[in-house]
Amino acid sequence: MKINHIALSAAALLLAGAAHAVEFKQVDAAKSSLAFSSKQMGVPVPGSFKKFTTQITFDPAKPTTASTVLEIDLASIDAGSKDANDEVVGKQWFNVKAFPTAKFVSTGVKALGGNRFEAIGKMTIKGQTRDVTAPFTFKQDGANGVFDGGFVLKRMDYNIGEGPWADVSAVANEIEIKFHVVAAPAAAAKK
Amino acid sequence: MNQPTARYTGPAIAAHWLIAILILAAFPLGLYMHGLPLSPNKLKLYSYHKWIGMTVLLLFVPRILWRLTHRPPAPLPMPAWQHKIAEGTHHLLYLLMFLVPLSGWLMSSAKGFQVVYFGVLPIPDLIGKDKELGELLEEMHEVLSWSLMTLVGLHLAGALKHHIIDKDSTLRRMLPFGK
Ligand code: HEM
Ligand code: HEM
Repeated sequence: MKINHIALSAAALLLAGAAHAVEFKQVDAAKSSLAFSSKQMGVPVPGSFKKFTTQITFDPAKPTTASTVLEIDLASIDAGSKDANDEVVGKQWFNVKAFPTAKFVSTGVKALGGNRFEAIGKMTIKGQTRDVTAPFTFKQDGANGVFDGGFVLKRMDYNIGEGPWADVSAVANEIEIKFHVVAAPAAAAKK
Repeated sequence: MNQPTARYTGPAIAAHWLIAILILAAFPLGLYMHGLPLSPNKLKLYSYHKWIGMTVLLLFVPRILWRLTHRPPAPLPMPAWQHKIAEGTHHLLYLLMFLVPLSGWLMSSAKGFQVVYFGVLPIPDLIGKDKELGELLEEMHEVLSWSLMTLVGLHLAGALKHHIIDKDSTLRRMLPFGK
């Protein structure tokens, strides 16, 4: 958890340092979405998380100062069917009683050229923390900033699906995550 | 058009027994898997069930085309009512061997699970995800499956009656390598 701590203080520093930029900070939860796709016996099964909070600080002119913290309410999962929803909150999957949230904390953002960027950070799920790199695009839609990106999460890295579910021939290890975040510029940052 | 012969043609016999074996495997598998708690094993059995069933649907197409272009052998001597029942059963069997897997396919689509044949070939969804329609189709799939099995029971009883009691060639002319 020490690493997370450092990441958080780094994020706080970045927040403090970027006060003059046109920053996108006010996340519009209703317009944002967090979807995923798992493969069961080769069948792509879409799902999503209905509840999550995102804090973003992003200045397209200074992407390296950007930071984000994403917190997911795991019990809000829709895994495609009622059976699946009941199953995945249980002990062998997310164990939401013990680990109600998943958290991503960025440690840096790289510009990849054009409107393409890459967020690097730490993902913590079920007590396991792993490095994650998530490419995303940024575009401006009116006053709002729109972030679209995704990455592939290996569920076994976080023990998501233990016991018989560790069988990746039934539910594949790779879970495709897709995020769509809409954020308005912070009122205070408009100078 | 071929002239009626004493025996079923090779392709008709092959299709009959292949489809019979697949249906007789899909049915108990369907009943068994349905009652299992969610597990990787259940996901696998569901997929096997769907692949077996889709194979029936696939084989049905050449079978029915063959049947429409090749007359079955002329009926053996038997009372007219028996022949009527046998023929009616055959027609219903053709109908159900098509409707049962079709309802399964539609059910899967309506429930939001696309059929991916052998885990590699995605079969298009004919209808979109719709929870209520999915439940209705599940009901239909179950009722149609039981109707099919009831008819197969009748069909089997008829075949055995002809073979054992009447000692005629009804069964033999459908068996491979018979004479
Ligand atoms: C020859 C073909 C088939 C036969 C004889 C057959 C028979 C059955 C039977 C007996 C059941 C259990 C019904 C119950 O107790 O509720 C079942 C369930 C099921 N079948 Fe089939 N089936 C066939 C083809 C298919 C196909 C092609 C698909 C999909 C592509 C399919 C998908 C399903 C599913 C998903 C269930 C489980 C429903 C549920 O529990 O939610 N079946 N089938
Ligand atoms: C369980 C073992 C089965 C046996 C012993 C059996 C036996 C036979 C026999 C002897 C015939 C020829 C009838 C005649 O010459 O009049 C026949 C025809 C037929 N069987 Fe089966 N059968 C079996 C299973 C099935 C199954 C599972 C199906 C499909 C659902 C099926 C569908 C048909 C159809 C449609 C015909 C009519 C062929 C035609 O003349 O167009 N049978 N079967």
